Formats: sequence, structure tokens, C-alpha cells
Amino acid sequence: MITTLLTVLRKELRETFRDRRTLVSSLLMGPLLAPLLLVGSMQLALERSLDSADETVPLTVAGAERAPALLGFLRERGISITPREGTPEDIAQWVAKDKELVVLEVREGFGAALLAGEPARLALHADGSGSTANRHADRVRKNLQIWASHIASARLQLRGVSSSLMQPVLIDDVDLSTPSSRATLILGVLSYMVLLVMLSGGLYLAIDATAGERERGSLEPLLSLPVPREHLIWGKVLATVLMMALALALMLAVLAASLRRLPLEEIGMSVDFGPGMALAVFGAMVPFTLVGAALLTVVASFTRSYKEAQTWLGMVLLVPTLPIAVAGVMEVSPSPALMAVPSLSQHLLMQGLLRGEPLPADYVAISVCSTLALGLLLTWTAGRLYRRERILG
Amino acid sequence: MIAVEQLAKRFGGVEAVRGLSFECPDGQITGLLGPNGAGKSTTLRMLYGVLSPDSGRALIDGIDVAQDPLVARRSLGVLPHGAGIYPQLTARENVRYFGELHGMRGAALEARVQVLVEQLGMTEFADRRATGFSQGQRTKVALARALVHSPRHVLLDEPTNGLDVMATRALRELIRSLRAAGHCVLFSSHVMQEVAALCDRIVIIDHGVVAAEGSAAELQERFGGATLEESFVRVLGEREGLA
Repeated sequence: MITTLLTVLRKELRETFRDRRTLVSSLLMGPLLAPLLLVGSMQLALERSLDSADETVPLTVAGAERAPALLGFLRERGISITPREGTPEDIAQWVAKDKELVVLEVREGFGAALLAGEPARLALHADGSGSTANRHADRVRKNLQIWASHIASARLQLRGVSSSLMQPVLIDDVDLSTPSSRATLILGVLSYMVLLVMLSGGLYLAIDATAGERERGSLEPLLSLPVPREHLIWGKVLATVLMMALALALMLAVLAASLRRLPLEEIGMSVDFGPGMALAVFGAMVPFTLVGAALLTVVASFTRSYKEAQTWLGMVLLVPTLPIAVAGVMEVSPSPALMAVPSLSQHLLMQGLLRGEPLPADYVAISVCSTLALGLLLTWTAGRLYRRERILG
Repeated sequence: MIAVEQLAKRFGGVEAVRGLSFECPDGQITGLLGPNGAGKSTTLRMLYGVLSPDSGRALIDGIDVAQDPLVARRSLGVLPHGAGIYPQLTARENVRYFGELHGMRGAALEARVQVLVEQLGMTEFADRRATGFSQGQRTKVALARALVHSPRHVLLDEPTNGLDVMATRALRELIRSLRAAGHCVLFSSHVMQEVAALCDRIVIIDHGVVAAEGSAAELQERFGGATLEESFVRVLGEREGLA
């Protein structure tokens, strides 16, 4: 049995490695491009959020001479002020011309009203449909409110009233997320992607070794050999497993190399995706290759042509990702029962690793055992299916 | 020796083979002749065990294929109808793969593959990848693959399909040399000249039963055709009349 298995395995891999198109889509597209795309988009998002935190907000002020103290306060808070004279109509024209412009209009009598303790009038002009103008206007508005509350508490104190009277409730934001768990939010999509790329690594071999072989007419001579059909099919499943494991390893290597270049620490996240982490994730995910390979082989045995197999297997590929999607929506936390669900358990293991809180050993054992059990069951089923007469089409 | 006894197989409502019996003695070439859809391929498929008969037996050296397919297949070389080869492997690798699955290894396997390469005139393309091979080249590879383990019995389903004159002649030579070595050769064809030129015994099947059998000369004598083709047409015509 072992020799048959190895002979089939060697031949399937040799064929795959000689087919450049298959190789590109199995090992290049998924494992290389997917992580690079992810890391690239993460980098962009990070850079933008970092920028906006300490960016200086430009503000044009009409009637600047009426509120020197206020403008001094705004300047201290990172708002760069450009005085410019104009009527409200002029301001409307400026904003219409430059969508990103935010204009603060200090109305006449601002100083007098302030001294008299009456509401002093300001107007903030901005085009609310532009995201940059909106963000800048928000920053200005927030700082204006801070200044206003300073003035208010100063007034109360002058009249001998404690300013804390104005604060019946004080809300403390206590953020319980650790830097790593915050990172997981961003990396949550990762296990989904890793699983998908891993499975598609074996997709073409699985199709070629089953539906492809039938379409080319090489299945019948193969099945008329004095070799148990199960052994031939197991060899093909094993070859698919190896391709998937290879795609997984390649992708994790790319991730380990590229995630390091992300400025995750600068926003308080500390996922260390180094070789050790890559190895641990590989260990957590790799038992699932057997489920994936056997599942594809089982489904392929019902298809009549390469094209049909491609369509079906492409859809079947998504099945193992469903538990992960459901878990993501319902925010499940690991339990022994959930660890018995293949693909979900891999997701939970990987999330644990990324969070820096690895799951206990018995959880890992449940995951590995249940996944391998399902994989072996599917492999056995695949072998049985190839004993049917109809397999020749 | 290959024998089928009262073999029957139906697919849904279609009775492909209905109580078929014939024998192919060792050291002879037996031709399975019949029109399209007569049940030739189905019979051969039951003989090499990818289909199991509904009733009756297919015997290889007295071993029931349905009972013990692995043992029965060990002495069989099979060229199924429209057999394909692996396009990413070279001709030699295609043959070697099947040799390995037969349990052959190392120098013995290499030597055997080389013999087949020379015998079948594959030297030119033996080490080229099979992508883009002509039908004739593919058939030669498939044939070499079927013979790699030097089987005692050879089943060939329409082996001359797509072969040119030279390749057909080479194949005939090969089949004759198999006979000379005492092998039992059973092949199906609907090409009359092919069968007439090659076969010691001819089994004409029609609608899943044996319509007539004997040597080409015997058939001609019995049915009075000037050629085998004429006899063949008369056999079928007689059956049409009976039906």
C-alpha cells in the first residue's frame, strides 16, 4: 500500500510542478499575492489613521482680530490659523471654490458678548460632503467646545460656585482591550484568508487528479491495474494535502516577512508575527489539509468534466470558511464543544495565537483529533466512491 | 485462457450484454467483431473488472474477475477504448508510472521500458512530454503502458484507432509476436481487414449476444460471403431477419 501511495503521490506532484499554469495559480496567486494585498491595504489604513491623529488642521478665520485669546488656544492645539477678511457671502464663495476649506467666522460683537456673559456667536463654514473638510471641522468644533467649557468653569469660579456642579456625571472610558487583542481586530480576517489560500493551493491538483484524469481517459487504464482503487485515491488525496501544506507554508512565510514591516506598534498593537508564530499557526492549520483534500476529492468524484469540477470545487472551497464567518458575526469564545468543529477550531486556535493567548493543550488536542477524524472519514468515503462503476463516466 | 460464461449486464433499461459466452485460447488471437453498440467494450470492461456483471462470469485463467479482481488483473494488459495518457509526463515516464504501480522497480523496469520503446518505434519521442503527441503516438504510449509488466493476456479495445498505416503494421507485428510467445490476445474492432488479417478466431457479437464464431475461413464458408465483410453483413442481416 505504501509503495502505491508514494508512486501515485510522486507522479501527481511531478505533473503539477511541470504545469506552469497550475503552479502559478496554486502557489503564486494565493500564497504570495493574498498576504501582500492584505498587508498593503493594512499599511495604507494604518498610515492614514496615524497621519490624522497628529496632522495640523488648517483653519481660515474671518474677523480674527475679534478673538485673539480663542485663536491662541486653537494654535496651541495644533490648528494652523490663516486670517482672511470677508463677508459671509465671500466665505460661502471660498468654500464653494475649495471643498477642503474650513472657515471660522467670528461675528461682530463677539468680544462684547463674551464680556457681558452672553452667548458669543461664531460660525463654522465647511462643505459637509467632503471627508477631509468634515474631519477638520470636527477637530475645530471639539476644540471650540473645550475652550467654551474652560470659560464656563472660570465664570462659575468667579461667582464662587464650584465648576464640578456642572459635571453631575463623569465618565471614565476604561479600555480593556490589550494592544494585541486590538491587533486581532485587524488580523481577524487573517485566519479566513489563510484557510482559503491553503485550500485553493490543492484545488487544481484535486481537480486534475480526478475529473481531469477521467476527462483525459487515463482513469480507466489506471483503475484496471491490479491495485486497490482506495490506494490510488489515497495517494491522490495525499498529494493534494502536500500541495495545500506547501501553499500554507509559503503564505505564512510571506506573512511573517511582510507583517514585520507594518508600523503596528505605533498604534499600540504588538503582534509579533515572526518565524515562531508562523510555525505555530502552521501546526494549528495543517491538520485541516486532510479534510480539505478529501472533501475536494469526494466532490470531484461526482463531476463529469474538468470544467464542472472547477465550478463545483470553487464553491465547495467556501464551505469550510462558513463556520468562521458565523463565528465572526456571533463573537464566539472557545469551548471544548466548539473545538470539535473543524475549521472553526483552526480559526479559534489561530486567533488565540495572534492574541498572544494560546489555547490550552486539551483544546489543541480536541481540534487536532476531531479534524483528523473527519479527514480520515472523508478520505475513506472518497476511496469508496471510486469503487463505483459510474466513476468511469 | 480467457473465457466468458453467460455474461449479462444492463445499464438502466438497456441490456448491453445478454448471456454472452465465448473462449479465447492461449497462443491465439481472438477478435471481437461487432457493430457500434453491440456490447464489445462492455464485455471487455467486465473482463478487466471495471464493470461487474449482473450475472454470468468473466474468467481469466479460471479466476473469476468479479470475485478476485486484483489477482485476475495481474496477468492482464489492458488498452481501454480511447485511453489517455498524462500530458505533463514524457512517454517513458507514462510507461514507467504503470510499471511502478505493477510493483516493478529499478534496472528491471528501465530495461523493460527500453525494450517497449524500441519495439513500438517510440525512440524519437520517448523523452518528450506527451503534450501535443499525435493520436498514433498516444496509442503507442498507452500500448506500451499496457504491456509493461509482460502480461500473459492482452485485452485491446479498438487499438488501431487513429494509427497510420506504418503504426498499424507495427501493431500487427507486435500482436503476432505476443501470440508467438504464447500469450492470449483478445481485441475488439469494427475494422474488417484488421480482424481478417490478424485473428485466428473471430467472435461476432450483436445486441449483446454471440451471433457467430469461428475462423475467418469458417465464417466465410458458413455464410458464403466472398470476403469476411460480406459474411459479417450476412450474419447481421440474418439476425435482422430473425428478429
